[in-house]
Amino acid sequence: MGNISTYRKTIPASTKNLSEARDFVAEYARKNGFNAQKISDIRLAVDEAITNIIKHAYNGEEDHTIEIELTFKDDRLCVELFDTGATFSIKTFKQPNIEEKIKQKKRGGMGVYLIHSLMDNVSYGREDEANKMVMCKYKT
Amino acid sequence: MNTFSINQRSELGCTILDLEGELDAHTASELETVFQDLIARDNLKIVVNFNQLDYIASAGLGVFMAYIEDVRTEGGDIKLTNMNKKVYNVFDLLGFPALYDILEDESDAIDKFSNL
Repeated sequence: MGNISTYRKTIPASTKNLSEARDFVAEYARKNGFNAQKISDIRLAVDEAITNIIKHAYNGEEDHTIEIELTFKDDRLCVELFDTGATFSIKTFKQPNIEEKIKQKKRGGMGVYLIHSLMDNVSYGREDEANKMVMCKYKT
Repeated sequence: MNTFSINQRSELGCTILDLEGELDAHTASELETVFQDLIARDNLKIVVNFNQLDYIASAGLGVFMAYIEDVRTEGGDIKLTNMNKKVYNVFDLLGFPALYDILEDESDAIDKFSNL
């Protein structure tokens, strides 16, 4: 068994708490030796994922929580996010056509693409009646 | 603590917005309000200076998407300048450089507006 560290934090499902969540993940990524570029990537991916949970799983209702769990093992960080909101399906993560979105006055779909671009592995599932999203990134 | 602020200046007929801090799904509405106000007042030569902006998420990019067409239709533009590499990378990942005038320095944007 390699060296494993885990850290856990629960935040209210409000965009007010996005910076707190980003800082939490960034702090431990830094302490565990991730470089500045990788930390930036992880910060943004976590922000986009939590924003999607707030908007789509909880539909903007703030009286819910999101659990963040970080696991560092060997040279890899996995971020797990749990929520008890609606399960929303991730249909596509191809590069969004921004020109088309501007014309149609639509904005969505960018976050999911960013998450998949920035992280090495992304998966979705259900666990104990909660939605679970796992995204991992390697240190090197 | 999430900090974000917008300061407005006028230079040679352009409106300069200095963004500072972190632009995410929480703070994006502040920028949205400023754009709505500028468009309502017909101030359509808009330069957004990112020099003091440390971070941007897609919700922030969404604000630029929402207003660019209205501004361009009326003969103006939203030009983006002085981005740090981290912030530029996010715009780049989503293909914004092909659609937006992203310039090295604020003065380049003012020059371009002056030469119209």
